[in-house]
Formats: sequence, C-alpha cells, structure tokens
Amino acid sequence: MSAILPPPDRVWWKQPIDRVEGTWIAIALVWCLIMFFMMPYWHVFGKQNLANEAFKTTPEAYTRKAQEVVDKYTVRTETAQNIPVVHPPAGSDVYLVARLWSWWPILELEAGKSYRIHLMSMDWLHGFSLQPENINIEVHPGYDHVLTVTPTAPGTYSVICNEYCGINHHTMASKIYVK
Amino acid sequence: MAVNRMFRTCPTTGLKFHQPAEALMKWNAVAAVVSLLVGGILALGVTLTRWQAVHLLAPDWFYLFLTAHGLNMLVFWIIFFEIAVLYFAGSTLLGCRLATPKMAWAGFWLMVAGALLNNYAVIFRQDSSVMFTSYAPMGAHPTFYLGLILFAVGALIGCFVFLGTLAVGKAEKTYNGSIPLVTFGALTACIIAIFTIASGAIILIPTFLWSLGLIEHIDSLMYRTVFWAFGHSSQQINVSAHVAIWYAIAAIAFGAKPMSERVSRAAFLLYIFFLQLASAHHLLVDPGLTSNWKIFNTSYAMYLAVLASMVHGLTVPGAIEVAQREKGFNKGLFEWLRKAPWGNPVFSGMFISLMGFGFLGGISGVMMGTEQLNLIIHNTLYVPGHFHATVVVGTTLAFMSLTYFLIPVLFRRQMMFPLLAKWQPYLFGLGMSGFALFMMGAGTLGMPRRHWDVSFAGNLFPHEFPGTAWLMIALMGISGLVAIVGGIIYLLITVGSVFLGKKIETPDFKYVKAREGMAPAPQPVAATLTAHHGNIGMAGFVAPGTFVLAIVFLTSFVLYYFVNWKYLSTVWPLS
Repeated sequence: MSAILPPPDRVWWKQPIDRVEGTWIAIALVWCLIMFFMMPYWHVFGKQNLANEAFKTTPEAYTRKAQEVVDKYTVRTETAQNIPVVHPPAGSDVYLVARLWSWWPILELEAGKSYRIHLMSMDWLHGFSLQPENINIEVHPGYDHVLTVTPTAPGTYSVICNEYCGINHHTMASKIYVK
Repeated sequence: MAVNRMFRTCPTTGLKFHQPAEALMKWNAVAAVVSLLVGGILALGVTLTRWQAVHLLAPDWFYLFLTAHGLNMLVFWIIFFEIAVLYFAGSTLLGCRLATPKMAWAGFWLMVAGALLNNYAVIFRQDSSVMFTSYAPMGAHPTFYLGLILFAVGALIGCFVFLGTLAVGKAEKTYNGSIPLVTFGALTACIIAIFTIASGAIILIPTFLWSLGLIEHIDSLMYRTVFWAFGHSSQQINVSAHVAIWYAIAAIAFGAKPMSERVSRAAFLLYIFFLQLASAHHLLVDPGLTSNWKIFNTSYAMYLAVLASMVHGLTVPGAIEVAQREKGFNKGLFEWLRKAPWGNPVFSGMFISLMGFGFLGGISGVMMGTEQLNLIIHNTLYVPGHFHATVVVGTTLAFMSLTYFLIPVLFRRQMMFPLLAKWQPYLFGLGMSGFALFMMGAGTLGMPRRHWDVSFAGNLFPHEFPGTAWLMIALMGISGLVAIVGGIIYLLITVGSVFLGKKIETPDFKYVKAREGMAPAPQPVAATLTAHHGNIGMAGFVAPGTFVLAIVFLTSFVLYYFVNWKYLSTVWPLS
C-alpha cells in the first residue's frame, strides 16, 4: 500500500483523481501556457530580442571587415597598446573581435541610435557580457552574430568575457563608451 | 546456470535483498561517497577562491579545482549513487534477482576506471582544466574524454542490467500487477539515462578522436548543441531519480501511498517525453539557431515537463499529508507538517530537498530557460546558483537522506553520531540554499561564473561591480562553508557507520532460496475504484495544507517571473 509496493488496485489507472490534484493540475497547466505565450508575445511587443541573424565565416574574412571599420572610424587610441576607439555612424555595421584574451576595438556609440554590432571569436568560445546592463551573449568562432542594439543612456560600460576561455579569462575585459 | 539466487529479508523493513545486488549497491554507494569526498575537498578550494576576501588559489589551480569539482560531483558522485538506486528500485523493491550480476560488475569497474582516468587527466596531468563542459575547440588531454567515455559505457551497462532485472521480475512473477511507483520513477531515470549516454557518445567520441588528431575540426556550435543533449539530460536523470526517492522516503517514513498512481505516473511519463528538450536552454543566446526552435524546445514543449514537476511537487507532500491525516493529525491546515518527524534526517533531508528544489531550483530554472530572460542571466553566477539548488539541495540532499535509511537496512550497521545526523540536513540544506540564493543574487547583478578575479585587479579596463554584488559574494562564501561543514558531517557519519558502526545482528538472519522469495500468485482483487481516503482534510480537499503550500509556491513563481520581465525591459533594446 505505498509507493514502494505495486499498486493494490490492478486497474489503478481507473482510480478517480482527488479534487486537490485535479485543481492543481488545471491551475499549473494554465500557468505553463501563459509562460509559453510570453516568449512569442515578447517577440512582437517586447524590445529585447535576438534577431537570429548570423553568418558562417572565417576569422580572416571577419578580421578584414573589422579592420575596414577601424580604418574608417577610429577617433583615438587608448592604452600603451594603442587599442583603437571606433566611433561609427548610426545604423552602420560594427565588428567586435573576441580573442584570447582581449576585445578589439573599443566602441564609442551614441545614446538613442541603433547599431548593427557583429560578434565573433577568432579562437575559442567567449562570452560577451555588457555590464552593468547585464546583457550576455555567447560568442562562437566561425559564426558572425549580428545584434542591432540601441544604447539608452550615456556612460562608460564594460564588456567582460563570461565564457571560460583559459588561464587569463579573467583579464579579458574592455569598454563601450556611450555619448 | 550458475546464478546466485540467494536473498535475505531485512528484519526491519521486510525488503528482500538479492545477495549480488546488495554487494553491487554497497560498492556503488561507496564509490559515490568517495567521489563526494574528493568533490567536497575541491569545493572548499573553489568557494574560498570565489569568496574574494579570501581568494585562496592561484588562477591555474582555481580552474583545475573547478573542473575536477564539477566532474566529481555532477558526474561521478551522482551517477554511482544512481546506479545503486536503480539496483535498489529494480531488484530490492521487486523482490527479484538482479539480472546478469557479472555484467553489472563489469559496468561498475568500467565506471571506476573512467572516473580514475578522468581525474588523472585533470588533477595529475594538470593539462585538462576545461571545465565540466569541455567546450571545443578548447581541448583537453585524450584521457579526459576517454575517462568520460568509459564511465558512460559502464553506466549504460548498469541501465541495461536494471532493464533486464525488470524483465526477470516480470518473468519470474516476483510481484503482482504493475511495478511500484518508485521503480517506475527509476525506470524513467533509466530511459532518460540511455538517451543521455547516447548523446554523450555522439559528441565525446568525435571529440576524443579530435584530441588524438584523427579528426581535424569540431564545430563549436555543433559541440554545444549535442553536448547539452548529454550535459543537461544527465541532470534530468537526477530529477527523475530524486523525485522517485522523495516518493520512496514518503512511503518509508510515513507509509504514504501516492494520492493517485495515475497522476504521478503520468507526470513521470511527461518527463520522458519532454524533459530532454530543455537541453536547448543552454543555447538561447547562441548564434545560428532560430527563435522558433529555441522557444519550442526550451519551453519543454509548452512547459509540459515543468507541469510534471509541479505535479510531483504537490503529490509528494500531498501523499505525506494524507498519510499523516489518516494517522490522526487531521487538525487545521498544518498539524500534519508540524507533527512530522523533523528530527529524523531521512524525512527532514527529503523535505528540505523538495522545498529547495521547487522554490529555488525550479523557479530559477524556468527563468533561465525563457528565451529572452536568458539574455540577462546567461553565464552569470545565477547559473551555478540555479544548479546548486537543483543538483545539490535537490538531488544530493535527497541521496543523503536515503543514505540514512540505507545504513541500517543495506549495510546492516547502526548509524553513528545520531545527534549530528539530526542536524546534518539543516546545516547542509540551508547552507546550500543560502549559497545558491546568494549566487543568484550576484548573478542578477552581472557577476560572471567560472571567473578567477571579479575585481579585475591590474586590468587595463577594470570593471567595478556594485557593492551589493560584493556582499552577495561574501554571503555566498559563508553559506558555502556552512554547507561544507554539513557535507563533512555526512561523510563522517556514512564512512564511520559503514566501516566502524556497530553491526546489527539478527538472530534468525538467513538467506532464502529464490523460489521462497517470490511473491504469491496474483489474487483477484475486488475493484475499489474510489479515491478511498477516509473522512480527512477540509473543503473536499484531502490535502488542503499541501494545496496552500502549492499556491504560495505559484504566487512566488508568478511574481518573480514578471519581476524578471520588468528587469529585462529596462536593458538596451536589442533586435
């Protein structure tokens, strides 16, 4: 007469369901459906969605495109390593290169304008983590992932790597400036 | 056929143990506890490093500890224990002989060899700190993958021995009618395990060949997609196994029977159909997969597997409530719960496991598995926060509670340090719950997981996390230490009792021949198709207290769900 013994009724599947169970199943099912429909709802009415735009490419082709943007729109360089700070026009394609253990180049964007930011890794997996916004995206080698982002408020934001990428993973950090 | 068919009947519980099954259960349980010991030592190093005020280990050692901790806990401790649970649910609960004990031993030794080989790669070679996930193209030494493959093959053999045992029980008519609910839950775990191990083979074998240089390229997205069919499904084995254990403990500690066999079994069936789809929620912010694919899969096909867990979350305490009310604890909403044996670690551990799994692990899991919400959670400390609530508070604590039952019944030893045992589930369960909760808090504030130094000391572009996040990390460290003390006590009690505990002698102890161990021939049972509970409960509800708890759960769930959408709506628009 318990869960560790065979059911006493041979035809246990005909035993009526207790009211408490039936009620709970109905409530839980409704809640599950609400949660399910929230996701398509947000695609239509919400503003934070991934667009599913991605391309297979090679590190060489991707670096070439990133270099073109850097050549065109660099406004200054930072640190002893002369990392370029790129200020692209609104609506343009910007390429962020992730590699062991740095992000390249530094972006300077304008609040309220939209940009097509591309993310790709040159080597292993990396994690694009924009702080303190807390937007987190997986960065793959060989997949150029396009996000159309619209910064909301001016400030200095950090990009840190949050996919473990080896011994110096914790040093992989950069900035995004929003004016 | 030289099959050993010797059984002993446990004088306290009346359970029938088949001699070879008993030995296999003991050895698997011992291997599990040894893995837990190794994983626990590593946990101390990991916690004391992430707790930035201590920051114990250097980065190479931290990543090494973290890799080995994940594998020893998530894979070796849990799966060794699960194999013991399968043999218990198959052979012991059906009162039948274990199928092919020699194959079972071969499986066991393969698992041991695999676990040793994998630990050799990580701890002794020190060139395989690739984490539990071992994402290609980051590569480990071939012995790392080979160890996992051997272990998985051994576990697969264990699964088939369990299935064979079910067939033996049916053929030799050792039970009447359908298999018990707990065995049904174990069967669910076994079916999911076979799917899991097949996925593991599909990804780990090519990766092993790649590490040997025989395959040129492993695509990172392909790896992550197939890996999670293995990595997350293996957590679904745990869910099925620990839910089965909850039912078992409710039955053992209270004589509780399922409120309705149909509902509980249907819920397990939903696990088989839908739970693995959840593996896709690791890929919600990956390129190259469409939103349609993500939404369908990560909702486990419209949350039908979440529904199943919500059903178990009601029916397990509901069964306890009904049993308690039938015993006379029928006053008010919660007399049944107040008068529960809170000093018995078998029960208290199980109940904390149930609560922690539901409130902390379950709710946070649905948040992470929601396509857009994953953007504000992916790879932050929220993720380990979530799975310490599910796999540690949920699974590990359920296994610990079951151990307290198995020490006298399976190992025939008296439990040592009963006073410590009384407190152990509280220390471990509440410490670990705090640990998980504070990690989730730090993750909500953006702190990354698997990160040696969130202070970015000496970095060109340091990021400063808010003060609250630092407080969370400190509280996480303290709660982690409390949980580790709970873990040490568990190890002390189990190892002490099994090796040094007082033997339980029974005068009429004997092994009986198989035929005597068989169930009587099926008797025609008069149909009693009513919800045959006496005059208990209130308002037509047999378990009103549980229903109120369930509504509290649902309210927190709904509120927290929409709080997260609100938070998401404040971040930079993305399209």
